Amino acid sequence: MSGGRRLFIGIGNPLRGDDAAGLLAARALRGREPRGIEVLELEGEPVDLIETWEGTDAVVVADAVSSGGEPGELHRIDAGEGPLPATLAGASTHAMGLAEAVELARALERLPARLLVFGIEAASFETGAEPSAAVRAAAQRVADAAAEELAPR
Amino acid sequence: MNAGNGGTRRIDTSYLARVEGEGAMRVRLRGEEVEEVELRIFEPPRFFEALLRGRALGEAPDITARICGICPVAYQTSACQAMEDALGIEVEGQLRALRRLIYCGEWIESHCLHLYMLHAPDFLGYESGIAMARDHREVVERGLRAKKTGNRLIEIVGGRAVHPVNVRVGGFYRAPERGELEALRGDLEQCREEALATVRWTAGLEFPELERDYELVSLRSEVEGEYPIDNGRIVSSKGIDVAPAGFDATFEEEHVPHSTALHARVRERGAYLTGPMARFELNRERLSPLAAEAASEAGLGDGCRNPFRSIVVRAVEVLYAFDEALRLIDAYERPDAPAVGWEPRAAVGHGVSEAPRGLLYHRYEIDAAGEIVSAWIVPPTSQNQRSIEEDLREFVAAHTALPDDELRHRCEQTIRNYDPCISCSTHFLDLKVERV
Repeated sequence: MSGGRRLFIGIGNPLRGDDAAGLLAARALRGREPRGIEVLELEGEPVDLIETWEGTDAVVVADAVSSGGEPGELHRIDAGEGPLPATLAGASTHAMGLAEAVELARALERLPARLLVFGIEAASFETGAEPSAAVRAAAQRVADAAAEELAPR
Repeated sequence: MNAGNGGTRRIDTSYLARVEGEGAMRVRLRGEEVEEVELRIFEPPRFFEALLRGRALGEAPDITARICGICPVAYQTSACQAMEDALGIEVEGQLRALRRLIYCGEWIESHCLHLYMLHAPDFLGYESGIAMARDHREVVERGLRAKKTGNRLIEIVGGRAVHPVNVRVGGFYRAPERGELEALRGDLEQCREEALATVRWTAGLEFPELERDYELVSLRSEVEGEYPIDNGRIVSSKGIDVAPAGFDATFEEEHVPHSTALHARVRERGAYLTGPMARFELNRERLSPLAAEAASEAGLGDGCRNPFRSIVVRAVEVLYAFDEALRLIDAYERPDAPAVGWEPRAAVGHGVSEAPRGLLYHRYEIDAAGEIVSAWIVPPTSQNQRSIEEDLREFVAAHTALPDDELRHRCEQTIRNYDPCISCSTHFLDLKVERV
C-alpha cells in the first residue's frame, strides 16, 4: 500500500462475547507497535466509520460476523471488488452495520483508496460472556494479516 | 401473504426493516373489514428496572443510558431529573442550558438518521437509504453533515457521542469552556441553513392521506416561550396538565399478549400520541421565529394530524435544534461549578423529558443511604404503540383495495412514521397482513 495515511479499525461490543472480535484484533495489532498505522476501536456506527476513513489511503476493518461458518474462520473481502455479502451485515442490533456503511460510502464515492474487511466468524454473542478461544486466536491472525496489508511498500 | 379465499386476505411481514429493534406486524382483513391489527414486539424484556434496584442513585443515568444507543441523552436527562426531584435540588442557569444543549445534539442526530436514511426512502420509492443515496447524493450528504454536527455537540458537552460519560445527577463532571462550544459555530450555522432547505424539501414530498383524531401529549416548558426538550409539565390536547409526579395518576400501562412492551394509555380514555407531532401542535408558538416561519411555509399551519407528514415536523425540529443550540452557545458562560451538590435522602422522584420519539418518564424510589429501592421507566415507543395500531387500522380500512404488496409497504411506512425505538420499548419488525 502507498505511503499515505493507513488505518486499522476494530469494530465490536466488548460486552457481547465474540462480538468483541474486532476490538481484540485492534488490541493485538497495537501490541505489536505497528509503526505508521493508526489503530482505532469503534462501535461501528456507519456515519462515524465513513467520517473516520475519509481521506485515508488504506484501511483494514475487522468485525465479527455470523454467516454459519466455523467459529474463528476468517473472511477476507476487498471492498473495491464489489458489494459486501449480506451475511457480513453483522450481528449489530442497530439499524445499520459495517456492510451498510461500506455501501453507503460507495454510493457517496467516499470509500478509501483501498478498503479490506476481515470478518471473524463468531460462535456466540451472549451478553457478558468472554470471547471464545477460537475467536481470540482468529483476532491474532487478523492482526498479523493487517500488519502485512498495511505495511509501507 | 395470500390472496384471499372467500374475500379473506392476510398479509405478513415477518421482519420490519428500517426500525430500531426487533418486532413484527400482523393485519387480518375479512372482506373490507379490518379484523385485527397487532404491532408485535418480541424483543426479550431487558429487566433494566430490576437491574437498578440496590444500585446507587448516581448510577441511574449511566445504567439507563444503555437502554438506547440512539437516545442515551434522553435516558440520562430523565434519570437525572427524577433523582434531582427526589433529592430536592434544582439544576438551573448554565447547567440547565448545557443539559438542553446536549439534548439538541441528540435530537439532531436521531431525527437526521430517521429522516434521511430510514424514512425519506419510503416517500421516494427506495428500499433503503443506501439506494436513495445513489440518486440523491446531495440530500444524503446534507443529512450526514447534520448528523455529524449533532454528534459533535454531544461529544463536546458529553465527552463522547454514544453513551456520553460527562452527565451526572446534579449536572456534569466538567463544564466545557466557551471556546470549545464556539468552535462548533461555523458548522452549526451551515447546518442550520441546510436544515431550512430540508424543511422545504420534505414539504414537497407526497403524503398518503390519513387524518387522525389523536390525543396529543407532550411537555410544556415552564419557561415562557421555550419549546419543550429537557423538562416541563405534561400537557395534552384534551386537557391534561400535570407535573411529572402526576404521570402515574394520569396514564396506565397494561400487558398485551402480542407484545413484550407494555401498552400505555390515558386512564379511562385510551390511546395517545407523543413525539414530534404532539410537541409541535401543543407548542408551535414557542418555536424560534426561523423554525416557526419554516413550519408555516411548509404548510404545517396550526398542526398536523397526518402521521405521514411527521417527516416535515421532524425537519422543523432539526432546524429548531440547530437554532436553539446556537442561541444557547451565544448566551453561554462557563458555570463556576459543573454540578449542584446533594445529600442522599429517602424519597420518590419523577423525571420526564422529550426524547426524539416522545415522552420519556422515569420514577425512582431511593432510601436514606441513596440506594435505589424501585425504578419505573416508560419509554416513548410503548406509549405510542396503541396509536401505531390505530393508525394501521384506519389506514388499512381506507385502503383495502390496494394490492397486498403495496398495502404491506404502506403499513411498514405507517410504522416508520413513528421512528419507533423497539429496543427501548422492551425492549425488530416483522409484518403480516392477513385477509380472511
